[in-house]
Amino acid sequence: MKSTGVDTSMPMNRNLKRKNIWSTISQQKYLIMMCLPFVIWVIVFAYVPLWGWTMAFQDYRPGLPFSQQEWVGFKYFIELFQDNYFYLVLRNTLAMSLLGLAFGFTLPIVLALLLNEIKNDLFKRTVQTVSYLPHFVSWVVVASLVTEMLSGSGTVNNILLALGIIDKPIQFMAQPQYFWWIVTGADVWKEIGWNSIIFLAAISSINPELYEAATVDGAGRFTKMLHITLPGIMPTVMVILVMTIGNLVNIGFEKQMLLRNPLVKEYADVIDLYILDFGIGGARYALGTAAGMFKSVVSVILLFIANTFSKRFADIRVV
Amino acid sequence: MKRSAGDLIFDVINYSLMIILAVVTLYPFLHVLAVSLNDSIDTIRGGITIFPREFTLANYKEILSSPNIAWATFISIARTVIGTITGIIATSMVAYVISRQDFFARRFVSGLFVVTMYISGGMIPSYMLMRSLHLINTFWVYIFPGLISAFNVIVLRSYIDGLPIDLQESAKLDGANDFIIYARIIMPLCTPVIATLCLFIAVGHWNSWFDTYLYNPFNEKLTTLQFELQKMLTNAQAQMTSSQDIYGFAHSEQAKRISPDSLRMAMTIVATLPILVVYPFVQKYFMQGLILGAVKS
Repeated sequence: MKSTGVDTSMPMNRNLKRKNIWSTISQQKYLIMMCLPFVIWVIVFAYVPLWGWTMAFQDYRPGLPFSQQEWVGFKYFIELFQDNYFYLVLRNTLAMSLLGLAFGFTLPIVLALLLNEIKNDLFKRTVQTVSYLPHFVSWVVVASLVTEMLSGSGTVNNILLALGIIDKPIQFMAQPQYFWWIVTGADVWKEIGWNSIIFLAAISSINPELYEAATVDGAGRFTKMLHITLPGIMPTVMVILVMTIGNLVNIGFEKQMLLRNPLVKEYADVIDLYILDFGIGGARYALGTAAGMFKSVVSVILLFIANTFSKRFADIRVV
Repeated sequence: MKRSAGDLIFDVINYSLMIILAVVTLYPFLHVLAVSLNDSIDTIRGGITIFPREFTLANYKEILSSPNIAWATFISIARTVIGTITGIIATSMVAYVISRQDFFARRFVSGLFVVTMYISGGMIPSYMLMRSLHLINTFWVYIFPGLISAFNVIVLRSYIDGLPIDLQESAKLDGANDFIIYARIIMPLCTPVIATLCLFIAVGHWNSWFDTYLYNPFNEKLTTLQFELQKMLTNAQAQMTSSQDIYGFAHSEQAKRISPDSLRMAMTIVATLPILVVYPFVQKYFMQGLILGAVKS
C-alpha cells in the first residue's frame, strides 16, 4: 500500500543524501587527508595483529598463505595448560604483580602524604625533583645499577658487612628467593616519586577550609592527615587501584628479562618471557600466541571486574 | 604558634625519611659515575663509594673509540630525532582532526585509537606483522610500530578542546583551509603541550632497547646504545653465574677482570647522560604534561 508520493521521494532522498555525503567529503577533504594515513596506520599496526590470534588455532607455518594453514582447534591451548613451566611463569607473574600492588601502589601514597607535610618549599621541591629522576632512565640502565649495587662486592653487601648483619657477602642476584623482592624493590625505586605526583595533585585540590576548621577544633597534624587528607584523596586512590588491578597480568617483562640469569630463571620468567623464549626463540608460534591470548583474556576479565567494582564503589561514595 | 613535641618528632622523622629517599635515589648514579671514572683494574679491589680512587678517563676513551659504540650512538640519536618528529606530526594531526566536532568520521576515528589503549595483538602477531611488512632488519622498525600513542592523542585533543573555537571560525571566514588552521593557528597555541609530548616521545625512543633485541639483534648497522648496554649487562651476568656455577664465589673476582666493571659503568653513564643533562631543565614540562594527562584520565 505504498503511495506514489513515497515512491518518487525515495530516490530523491537518496540523491540528496549522496549529494550531502559528497559535499561533506569535499568540504572536509583536508581533515580526511590529515587523518587517513594514520587511520590506515592504526588498522595495520594495531588491528591486523589481532587477526594474528588465529595463529593460536593453527599448526602455523610461516610463509604459507592463510588459506593453506592447518586448523587444529584448541590443541595448543591444551598443550599450554598441560605445560608445567607455564604454571611456573603464571605463579611468578602473579607473585610479582601482587608484590607490586602491595608496595608499588601503596608507597607512593605514603610518600605523597609525607611530602605534603613538608612546609619548606625548596626542600620539598628538591626531594620531588630527585625522586622523579629514575622514572626517565631506561630499564637497561636501572638493571645495570641494581646489578652493580647488589653484586658480591657491591654497596649493599658492604653496608650489611659494616653493620655486622652478615659475615660474608650475599650473591643477591644468584639466589632465586630474592628475585621477586629485587624486582619489586627496583620498581619502587624507579617509580615511587613519579607515581606520587597524581596523589599530590589530588591533595592540592582538597579544600583548605577543611584544614582550618579542623585546626579550630584543635585537631593535630596526624589527625588532619588521617581524617582530611586521606579521605580527600580516596577517589583518586580508588581509580588508581582499579587501574592497577586491571593491569595485574600486564606487569611487563623488561625488568625481569634484564635482571634474570640462568640461576634464578625459575623465579624470574613471566608470561611474556615464556612467549619470547618458547614462542619466538623456539619458533613455537602457535603455543606462544595461545599464551598471549590467555594473558589478554585474563586482563580484559580483570579490567571488567575492577570496573564493575569501581562503579559500585563510586555509587556508594556518591550517596 | 608553638609546636608540640609530637609535631617536632614527626618533622624530624619526616625530613629524615625524605633525605634518605633522596640519598637512595641519587647514590647509585653517583657511585656508577665514580666507578666509571676509576681505573678498571683498581675497581676490582672494591670499596669505591662516590669518589673515584684512581681517576682516569680511559674507560670512556675505550668505549667511545669503539666504532661499534660510535655508530650505536648515531643510531640512537637518529631514531630519537626522526621518531620524535614523525611521532609528533602524526599525533597532532590525529588529535586536531578528532577535536573537530563537525568532522563526519570523528567518532569512528577516535574510537579506533582509543580501543588500542586496551587491547593489543601481543608479541608474536606483531612480530609476524613486522616480518610480512619486511620491516625486520630495517631502521624503520624503530619508527613505524610506535608512531602514535593513543594516550598522547587524547592528552593533546583535550588541550585543543580547551582553546576558544572562535579563532578557528574567524580563520575559516578569512578563507583558510583546515590544514592551514591546524598548522598556523592550532599548533602554535599548543606549544607547551607539544613540547611536553615531544620530550616524552624522545625519552621513550632514547630508552628503548627491546625492539632492537627483537627485530635487529644481529645487524651491527642498526644497533642502539641501550641495546649495547643490554648486551654488556647480559655478559656480566653470564660471567657472574658461570663463575658461581663452576668455580664458586672465589673465582668471580677473576671473572670480572674479563669484562671490567668500570667499562660497563662508563657505558651506563653514556646511555643515561642525555637524560641526566636535560632533565633539570625540562622537569617542569614533564610535570605539566603529567598533570594534563592526570586531569583527563
